[in-house]
Parts: sequence; C-alpha cells; structure tokens
Amino acid sequence: MNKDRTIQIIGHIVMFIITVCILLPLFILIGSSLTDNLTLIQCGYNVFPRKFSLDAYEYIFNSKESIFRSYGISIVLVMVGTTVSLCLSLPLAYAISRPGLTLKGPLIFYVFFTMLFNGGLVPTYVNYVNVFHIRDTFLALLLPNLLMNAMYILLIKNYFQNSVPEELMEAATVDGAGRFNIFLRIALPLAKPIIATIMLFVATGYWNDWNNGYVYLSKRRDLYGIQTLLNVLNQNIQALAQQDFDMNSSAEALSEMPTVSVRMAMAVVGLLPILVMYPFLQKNIVKGITLGAVKG
Amino acid sequence: MNKRIKRLRKEIVYYLMALPGLTYLFINNYMPLPGLVLAFKNYNAKDGIWRSPWAGFDNFKYLFMTNDAFVITRNTVLYNLVFITLNTVFGISAAILLSRLRAKRVRNIYQIVMLLPHMISSVIISYLVFSFLGVEHGLINSMLTASGKEAISWYTEKQYWPFILVIVNVWKSIGYQAILYLSSIVSIDDSYYEAAVIDGANSWQQITKITLPLLKPTIIMLVLLAVGRIFNSDFGLFYQVPMNSGALFPVTNTIDTYVYRGLIELGTITRSAAAGMYQSIVGFILVLTANLIVRKIDRDNALF
Repeated sequence: MNKDRTIQIIGHIVMFIITVCILLPLFILIGSSLTDNLTLIQCGYNVFPRKFSLDAYEYIFNSKESIFRSYGISIVLVMVGTTVSLCLSLPLAYAISRPGLTLKGPLIFYVFFTMLFNGGLVPTYVNYVNVFHIRDTFLALLLPNLLMNAMYILLIKNYFQNSVPEELMEAATVDGAGRFNIFLRIALPLAKPIIATIMLFVATGYWNDWNNGYVYLSKRRDLYGIQTLLNVLNQNIQALAQQDFDMNSSAEALSEMPTVSVRMAMAVVGLLPILVMYPFLQKNIVKGITLGAVKG
Repeated sequence: MNKRIKRLRKEIVYYLMALPGLTYLFINNYMPLPGLVLAFKNYNAKDGIWRSPWAGFDNFKYLFMTNDAFVITRNTVLYNLVFITLNTVFGISAAILLSRLRAKRVRNIYQIVMLLPHMISSVIISYLVFSFLGVEHGLINSMLTASGKEAISWYTEKQYWPFILVIVNVWKSIGYQAILYLSSIVSIDDSYYEAAVIDGANSWQQITKITLPLLKPTIIMLVLLAVGRIFNSDFGLFYQVPMNSGALFPVTNTIDTYVYRGLIELGTITRSAAAGMYQSIVGFILVLTANLIVRKIDRDNALF
C-alpha cells in the first residue's frame, strides 16, 4: 500500500507540473492584456499585472468598427456554418446508414474517398475563385473545407446504424409515418449525443478558422472574423520587422497598429468563448475524439 | 423491372436527403481535382486553367532541381517523425499516469486542462508563443536581460526553432494523445489487475506486464495512421507560430507552407500546384500503405 501512495503522489506532482506548463502561457496572455501598456513595454510580459489596467479592453469595447464587427462576423459565421453543416450532414449520414439501400456502398465510398485524396489548396482555390466567384463574399468564409467533413459524416452514419434501434423505425413505418418523418421524429432525437459532439467540432472549426478569411478575402476587410483579424495583425507586425526601413510607410503602419496590450486583449477576446464553453462541453469533445480515433 | 421501380420509389426519399450533402462534397472535393492539371501548365489568369499553355514537367523540374523539394520534404517528414515519437511516448505516459490516479475529480481537472490547447486556434497559439519569445518584451528575453545576458532575436535565429516547434507541438498535442490512449486503457478488464495484485505485482509490473502489452494494438494502429499522414504538416503550427518569418524558412518551411506561400504571397501558383500534387500523390500512397499494414495486423482497426 505504501508503494501505491508514492505512485499517487508522484502522479499528482507530474500532472500538476504539466497542468501548470499548459496554463502558464494562457495566464501570461491574460495577465499582459490586463497590464498598462507602458508598463508592459518597460517590464515585459508577466502573469501578474504590475500595473493593472483595463485600457486595452476599453479600447476594444470603444472601437466601433473593426474589432467589434469581426467579432460579430465570427459569431454569425459559427451559427450559420454549424446550422448549414448539420442540415447537410445529418440527412446524408442517415441516408447512407439505411440498410439495404441500393447505392449504399458507392455512396459511402464517395464520401470516404474525400478523406483519402484531395486536390489540395491550389485546385480548391482556383475552383472556388474562378468557377464560383466567392472571393470577397461571406460565402468564402462559409464554404471552403469547413462545412462538411467526411469523418464526421461517417461517425454519424455509424451512430445511426449502431445506436438507433431499427425496430423502432420499422414500427413507425407500420404506423404509416413517412420516411422523412421517421428521420425527423425518431432517428434525430435518438442521435442527440453524436449530434451535440459533431456540432461542437464544426462550431470550433469555424470559430478558430483564420485561413479562409486570409486566402479568400482581399478587398473586403469588413468581412474579417476575429481570428483573421488577429492573423493579419501578426502578418503586419512581421512585415514591419522585416521591412527595409521605408520610414514613412512604416511610421504610418505603426500608428495604425494597436498597442501590445490591445493585441493581447484581442487574443484573449478571441479565446474567450472557447475558455468559457469548453469545460462544460469537454465530455462531448472527449467522446468525439475517441470515436474518431477508432474509425478515421 | 417493376420491382426495380418500386424499390427506387421507396428509396428516392433517401437519395433526395443525401443530395445536398453529396453536392457540397462534389463542389468542395471532386470539382477541384481536374485543377491538378495546373501543375503541368504555365498558368496565366487571362487564359484560365484550360487555355493556358502547357509546361510539361517544367514546374516539377523547377521544384526538384532547386533545393526547395528537398528542404520542404525533409522538414515535413523529420518534424513529423519527431512529433509521432514524442506524442506517442508522452501520450502513453500521461494516459497511464492519469489512469493510475484515484482522485477522480482532480483527474478530471487534469484531463480538462490537458485537452484545452487542442481547442485553441493556431493564431492564438502564435500570440501565446510571442509572449514568451517577443524580442523586446517577451518573457524569456526579460529574464535573460534581468540576469545580465544578452537578449535573443528569436524570430530571426533559426537554430532554436526545431526545438521551439517540438515544444509547442508537445504542448498542443499531449492532452489529445493522452485521451486517445486513456480510452483504451480504461477498457482493459479490471480482473487482470486484480489477479496481478493477488500475485504480488507492484504498480510498475502491472504497467509493463499488463497495460503496455494490452495497449500494443492501439499504439501500432495510431502510429501507423500517423505515419500514413507523414507528408501532411500541421499548417497552423508551421505558418503561424514562427510568424511567417523569412529568416526561419530553412527550418520551418514544410510542403503545406510552401504551397500556401506560393499561392498567397508569391503568386507562383503553378509551382505551388506542382508541390501540392507531389504531396497529394505521395500522401495517398502512404495512407494506402499504412492502411494495408494495419489491415494485416488487425482488420477491425483498418480504415477500409
């Protein structure tokens, strides 16, 4: 028993160290965002604000245009994206889960193949820009890649197959319910756990995406979501750092650049929904990850 | 014939339900495929993909004659090999430790915290890293100057980056990996351990004689699947975390970032297409091979 005790203690020590290592950067970020900008520049980043100040958040709150709007765009994008994604994925997953469907095999392969091989960034880009002209539209944030994921579809399909009892649906058929009604009234409510999990993954995917905005928006800066905005700030800083001093333009760019603490505060704000929601939804995420690992 | 029509009538609802989703996959995943032909073209926007003149293998020649292909392939593969090794070792260790802890609530908190980085966007991770490595006010440089040493210009000195990227990757992935392994540790039957305890096995023996051997199929499967994706890099990690700094490209440029920069920043779209095609095809072969091996070992765990 004594040995077991040692293991418990060592285990907790190691885990505690890991926990601290994981949280430390987050605390530094939050601490810096709450530090007075001048103090930050003089003393550097720190977990505990040396001079507490809410200026950065006030600045964000008062900046009517860019930051606020991009936050709004991100929220709208998550809501629209998740809704459309479910409206497309659920019926498809249900359809290809039906036993005895004539084209079941080919359709599953059609979905699955997208996981094995894809054209990559360039052909996708050319397709969306030249054929669908989504550049500089809201659709550019919504459509490329994030809307549907073959793995999610197959996960939902497996759930319909394994966890929604076929007898229940047959009984409903006998009662004269239409096939679409059975899907809506019986299958969907029974699949709630998997729907919640997938919804969460899709929503996080949209919230965290900076890529589509960066690739497909060139003129419409007003469509930047919060992550794209953070990314563009990053790029500008790097461009400034590498510039062969063209004094005028860099001075101008510098004056437009938010202060260090504001940038940190923006990152905190971008992270906030994840930090707030995540602990409550963590169980669903874990479930999704373990399911996804087994198949896919 | 009549039977078939009857069947189709019964099934038509399902096809209609599937149609919108299938259409999206067609647009997003299948329609771009003919665009792969770009890799063999001398593209100009005016003529479009199809009317632009052919370039034969020139784009590939350029890619492989210069150092580019070698550097990006080396970076992609080597980083992935290190990541796979460390992720597996740390993931299993953390999972075993977690499974051994008896305090359920605390264990749950550890698990929640460890998985958190997995949910954070790579842009925000780059801000987190910047707060450590920022040249002027970064935590590490503050500490260096406070102890009388010289500050380091982290974003221009490439020798540090292999380590930085590995550390960031461990930070980001350890929880995710731990959860993957934890789920199969939890499913091990308790009676094995009970029998071992009766036989006088200590915890270490339980781990090496029961947990690890029973975990072996999971380990092999996850490693093989990761090896199958060795040509794909975590784009956000390699693009965002080094803040796209040119001085670091020799050690941070992977196939994904190369393709991306060519398309977005440099406008060398056909060269990007060539590199992308190279990645798609080798990646496809690797996935198929990895899956074939998994299938040989354990049919149930194979992708197909």
